[in-house]
Amino acid sequence: MSWFEKLVPTRIRTEGSPKRKVPEGLWEKCAGCGAILYRAELERNQDVCPKCGHHKRIGARRRLDLFLDPEPRTEIGAELEPRDVLKFRDSKKYKDRLSAAQKKTGEKDALVVVKGQVMGVPLVAAAFEFGFMGGSMGAVVGERFVRAVETCLAEGIPLVCFAASGGARMQEALISLMQMAKTSAALGRMARKGIPYVSVLTDPTMGGVSASLAMLGDVHLAEPGALIGFAGPRVIEQTVREKLPEGFQRSEFLLEHGAIDRIVDRREMRDTVTDLLTMLMRQPAIRAD
Amino acid sequence: MNPEFLDFEQPIAELEAKIEELRYVGHDTEVDVDEEVARLREKCRALTESIFSKLTPWQVSQVARHPSRPYTLDYIGRIFTHFQELHGDRCFADDPAIVGGLARFEGQSVMVIGHQKGRTTQEKIRRNFGMPRPEGYRKALRLMRLAEKFRIPVVTLIDTPGAYPGVGAEERGQSEAIARNLQVMAELRVPIVCTVIGEGGSGGALAIGVGDRIMMMQFATYSVISPEGCASILWKSADKAPQAAEAMGITSVRLKELGLIDEIIPEPLGGAHRDPALAAENLRNALSASLQTLRGRTVDELLENRYQRLMRVGRSED
Repeated sequence: MSWFEKLVPTRIRTEGSPKRKVPEGLWEKCAGCGAILYRAELERNQDVCPKCGHHKRIGARRRLDLFLDPEPRTEIGAELEPRDVLKFRDSKKYKDRLSAAQKKTGEKDALVVVKGQVMGVPLVAAAFEFGFMGGSMGAVVGERFVRAVETCLAEGIPLVCFAASGGARMQEALISLMQMAKTSAALGRMARKGIPYVSVLTDPTMGGVSASLAMLGDVHLAEPGALIGFAGPRVIEQTVREKLPEGFQRSEFLLEHGAIDRIVDRREMRDTVTDLLTMLMRQPAIRAD
Repeated sequence: MNPEFLDFEQPIAELEAKIEELRYVGHDTEVDVDEEVARLREKCRALTESIFSKLTPWQVSQVARHPSRPYTLDYIGRIFTHFQELHGDRCFADDPAIVGGLARFEGQSVMVIGHQKGRTTQEKIRRNFGMPRPEGYRKALRLMRLAEKFRIPVVTLIDTPGAYPGVGAEERGQSEAIARNLQVMAELRVPIVCTVIGEGGSGGALAIGVGDRIMMMQFATYSVISPEGCASILWKSADKAPQAAEAMGITSVRLKELGLIDEIIPEPLGGAHRDPALAAENLRNALSASLQTLRGRTVDELLENRYQRLMRVGRSED
């Protein structure tokens, strides 16, 4: 409350009237082109702007829901919960940040892993929840990812991961850094067994996640316009003290520099991944060309 | 202020200055100052011991970054013989922020790889302050593969603020270079001993830091982000770096407690730069013991242990 409001006697104070509010959530402005979009239509279009093709960020559950066949689905590692080993505290306690993130997203941590199928092809799909502390990788994210890999190893089925993360989770300090090595080592085992791993880079994939599990795919796909890189653009700008080139660290930039295989529209993700996986595993085609 | 001394070391600096002064005076006069000098020396030693016995994590990180601290090539010169530096990633360039090559350790072949900072301004710039670009990591990878081919153990020395945040580094795939090293090191079929000798800065450090035995020099630090970086993100102010250093637990003692490193290598009183020869001797002994133990293991044992060690990190004990 500002000092001025405090001066106003209580009986005169008025709370903002709810009648004046525009009904929320019916319309949405596209972050790409600024078009005002009807929310229901945007959702039907997998949160891709029908006008400009801008790919809106989506949560882990919705991501998996759009990607996987409706049945069967089994979640892996849901019982794992984050722990505050270091009793970390900055302006807020890590424990409180965790509770807030859990309440906001309904997730226990920033990675959701589900065993399921895509067009009948059995696989394990992992998706980062960017809304959960910026999709940061701590011990639970690392462990769930490893469980995903272990399931793939045990059942001989491929792995698809949708990355969306700011990087390592600072509140877990070196434990989170070590998750980079842990997830990379697990992927190494899978690679030696000849089980395919498709890494899908979505907006944003940065830091420790980018410099480990996200860049170790047999195939790297990216959604259009996703920010992908190691160091954040602001850090780079401060270091080199010059304006960064247009489109720097976007999917198209990475494609041009040879870091990713393809840019894939979200609405074609199921088809693309199915084709890639069945061909990698030398299985017959599932859908017509 | 003497730049050799950090701000919390100023009482030591003052005492040392007094000793120098006294010795200077002693030359010109008949007065016998030896006794007084000896007394002051002892006082200085006690003072240093007392200051260094209770350093805060932030103070430790200043020691880890001390401008006179021994760097990779200093240790290589003191510990190894026949060092033949090998350059280049065979793709793009040679990155002077990482050095590597074949050398002999106690007569046996090893591949030694480490971050290299510069001492003079010119060299600091040439070495990019020890911040590697992708070609540095790819050179390291090439040398590790070479070591694997000829069954030569790998020794890495870690000392970097982090991987370089630059436009070219991103264009050439900084992320991929680091990720690839993590994966390859996890399954390299020769022993790997990693030692953090100064700053263990994030992914840039870890990219040559996966191995069978992880050691830290007593006043080295190892963390997911620099205290300044952490402070500016979580506290919105780089001034809170001391608090961030405290919260992240970046010191060798804390990381040993957490089971993230295997061994702390003691440093001379006042830090490695006060007596580089002794620091090198301690590192040599630790390397010798580690390599001897690891040489006795089969490749499969080595790889399984290395893998399980990584899998344990962050797994709850219950």
